[in-house]
Amino acid sequence: MEWVSGLLASEPSSSNFFTYIFISLPLLSVVLGFVTYAILAERKVLGYIQLRYGPNRTGGKFGLLQTVADVLKLLIKEDTRPKQADRPLFWLAPIIAFVPSFMVLSAIPFTESVVFANFGVGLLYFIAVSGLTTIGILTAGWASNNKYALMGGMRSAAQMISYEIPLLMSLVGVVLFSGSMNLIEIVEQQQYVPYILVQPIGFIIFVIAATAELNRIPFDLPEAESELIAGYHVEYSGFRFAFFMLAEYVYLFAMSALITVLFLGGWQPIPGLGFIPDFVWFAIKFSIVVYMFMWIRATWPRLRADQLMEFGWKILLPAAMANIFLSAIVKELFF
Amino acid sequence: MTEEQDHQSNQNQEKDTVDPKAKDNIEEAKEQPADNPLNEESPEKITTPSDQQSSTKKERSTDTKSEPSPTEQSQTEKSKSDKPKSEHTKRPRKKHTKKDQPPEKKEPSPNQPILDHYVKIINKNLSKDAIDDAFVNRSSKELPTIVATPKYYFSIAKLLRDHEELQFHFLSDIHGIDYESHMEIYAYLYSMSRNQSVALKVKLDRENPAISSLAPLWKGASWPENEAYDLLGISFENHPDLKRILLGEDWEGYPLRKDYEPYDVEV
Amino acid sequence: MIRTEEMLLNVGPQHPSTHGVFRLVVKVDGEIIKEATPVIGYLHRGTEKLAEDLQYTQIIPYTDRMDYLSAMTNNYVICHAVETLMDLEVPERAEYLRIIAMELGRIASHLVWYGTYLMDIGTTSPFLYAFREREMIINLLNELCGARLTFNYMRIGGVKWDAPEGWIDKVREFIPYMREQLDGYHEFVTGNEIFLNRVKGVGQYTQEEAIQYSLSGANLRCTGIAYDLRKAEPYSIYHRFEFDIPVGETGDAWARYQCRMAEMAESLKILEQAVEQFPEDGKIMGKVPRIIKPPKGEVYVRIESPRGEIGCYIASEGKKTPYRLKFRRPSFYNLQILPKLLEGENMANLIAILGGVDIVLGEVDG
Repeated sequence: MEWVSGLLASEPSSSNFFTYIFISLPLLSVVLGFVTYAILAERKVLGYIQLRYGPNRTGGKFGLLQTVADVLKLLIKEDTRPKQADRPLFWLAPIIAFVPSFMVLSAIPFTESVVFANFGVGLLYFIAVSGLTTIGILTAGWASNNKYALMGGMRSAAQMISYEIPLLMSLVGVVLFSGSMNLIEIVEQQQYVPYILVQPIGFIIFVIAATAELNRIPFDLPEAESELIAGYHVEYSGFRFAFFMLAEYVYLFAMSALITVLFLGGWQPIPGLGFIPDFVWFAIKFSIVVYMFMWIRATWPRLRADQLMEFGWKILLPAAMANIFLSAIVKELFF
Repeated sequence: MTEEQDHQSNQNQEKDTVDPKAKDNIEEAKEQPADNPLNEESPEKITTPSDQQSSTKKERSTDTKSEPSPTEQSQTEKSKSDKPKSEHTKRPRKKHTKKDQPPEKKEPSPNQPILDHYVKIINKNLSKDAIDDAFVNRSSKELPTIVATPKYYFSIAKLLRDHEELQFHFLSDIHGIDYESHMEIYAYLYSMSRNQSVALKVKLDRENPAISSLAPLWKGASWPENEAYDLLGISFENHPDLKRILLGEDWEGYPLRKDYEPYDVEV
Repeated sequence: MIRTEEMLLNVGPQHPSTHGVFRLVVKVDGEIIKEATPVIGYLHRGTEKLAEDLQYTQIIPYTDRMDYLSAMTNNYVICHAVETLMDLEVPERAEYLRIIAMELGRIASHLVWYGTYLMDIGTTSPFLYAFREREMIINLLNELCGARLTFNYMRIGGVKWDAPEGWIDKVREFIPYMREQLDGYHEFVTGNEIFLNRVKGVGQYTQEEAIQYSLSGANLRCTGIAYDLRKAEPYSIYHRFEFDIPVGETGDAWARYQCRMAEMAESLKILEQAVEQFPEDGKIMGKVPRIIKPPKGEVYVRIESPRGEIGCYIASEGKKTPYRLKFRRPSFYNLQILPKLLEGENMANLIAILGGVDIVLGEVDG
């Protein structure tokens, strides 16, 4: 990784530019590969829970190429735009929503060595950049010139603001214990005890807030199928729609990775099983988190907008604050 | 047997029965100059046990006819002959049964006192001429039926709802019917506390059918009255929101009227 | 000061939660509904007008298409009306077959409601669970009458088909299975905190309002009025069975949910007794004239359909076709209270309330 650091310190040049691109391409393909199969996995898990098969035609028995086919279909679909839509914003919105989702990935350490940008404040960077997506969603809702989309966009903005705060606050405990905002250091601190045991309240709050950030059931109000039809992306079709879809799943990837890093000890093995390579550990923990998200989606109903706000401000936020105090006391007394 | 075959055979059957029916009519006209039960008392003695059973079955249906029926009474006699006939061979016996029924007519309906009571209350509280007619509809599970005069229709409905001995709080149904001579509103009220039902009817002028709405009494009457307005063109006064609820405001004509010309004649 | 404006929102006719072609013009301030105006008639086929040119037997398939989720009760109401008018007797075996078919249909109909309601509220899985059981019921009814949705099973004076061999045993086996699944539904949904929050206190009305608006079925019983026509005016052979009328207390969507869930259990009770008492043999068609010509007169009968009180009015002139046929369609009546319930609610509650009323648009529009 010293090589990368050297590269970062070097003079900007066209060769550097291409080097960067070639370094990030594998990550991009890994992420896209994940997204492809995360969608498939979600459909399969949902299908399994709901007594059906899920995709089982395209690409063999397990529908391995279903998502690929879906993406291809979306690519060749006509790109429609409502006549009265705000054209530049309509065009820009999917990009605003999509780009930050990839930007956050660079901060996540997958193993000790596979990390793309080792920030000092990786945690802060992640939260800050992920918040940008809301602007994309709000823009999409506004630009579509559709009442349902507008409502979806508004809901999304309100929801993001309400849940960003407890999300951040729940992390203060982790930062207190680790004494760092660097994600690699946070993982290294969890060599023996993962933070889920030290920060159980923080973990629960973070998972709830993360679900809200991801717009997933029970917090999928911005796109509530049965109320707002599809919410902010109701007017999008073709590849622009795919962008939103992709952003959603990339965030699922990123959030699950972040939870793995912050609370489950990242690539740290369970003591005594260190012979299993670290990336396998990461993958296992990560899969558990992703599965949990899918499970929640399959079983829970959706909250109502006012209940969502109430829950965010009246329960989650005080709980997160209490958690900070509690963590500070525990830290002061026992560590 | 499929549906179609059913009907085909039905039609054939019908052709066969045309003549006997006519005969019946003549015979009946001779035998029953009026609905006088005394005339028919004697044939009862001929009844065989097997006949008796079928006669009890038919009892109610014939009784309705004796009651003032919703439509013109002149047709009552004729319709008697239209009674279903299953097999030709049994026809002679059927004729006897028909004659056996009238004596049972005298047996008043169990609901007759109830109806009388209602009528008494209405007459007492409103006016003697509030009720046009009152009878027990024996073919509809002995349903007391009150035919109101248009003027008192609303107040009778209100009385039926509010009077403590009546308490018909629940409006089950309200709809209109187009008898070519007049229009009619049929409302079915039910009292949950007393487990009794009553039908309230009112006859309207066909040319300009209008009646006060029951929606101020029962909010649930709002849409059904809209439906009657939409499909039959009966206008309801004091209705909070009278509109053509099913067909839309631009629809021409009132489909459930008997003289309605369909938009597309071919259909 | 920000200038705010009310927004006119069209919910439907193509909206996933209106369960058909139903349009609701909603005036919203943000997400708060100021005024809601239902617009119906998209599915109006003029059943009553068509019926005036049809023979009585021919009308039966049209009734299937009104409340297409519980076609059996619709079949029954027209047959019952004609039978009452003609004073026909229905053989016992046919009555039992009718009851079994109707109660199976009631469960199937409530299952669809359960699934779609939960889907409206945001969870998809119960829908598929409910449809698994519904599929079994539909298969049973399919074996009985050869159709899965529009049964056209009943005839004036009886039923069209006798139960195939072993069919009653299949129904018998289905009852304990369904009980087990019902417990599963309760385990899965009934205690869920989010679900309770979504339905408790939503779309609440009082007993007086329910009667004012002529509500029936679970929409009426949820306020605590134990009014079920199977008990109040026993038709067919319902007086032979022991069952309770489930009532709610609060008159909100939660009470309606509980009522409908309990009604399924009660239907199972009826089924159990009906299967036990089912006569070994006997006729399935009573003595019915080949041409059905009810005498001159009028009749109004009403029975309990899964959605409420379904009534049928026939004015007969003594001809082969009815002079006037009118159906009291419960969904049509039940829907009237919607604008009142929606006032001041938010968009999410709109769906929870509309779903809770349990309408079938085929029936609303007639």
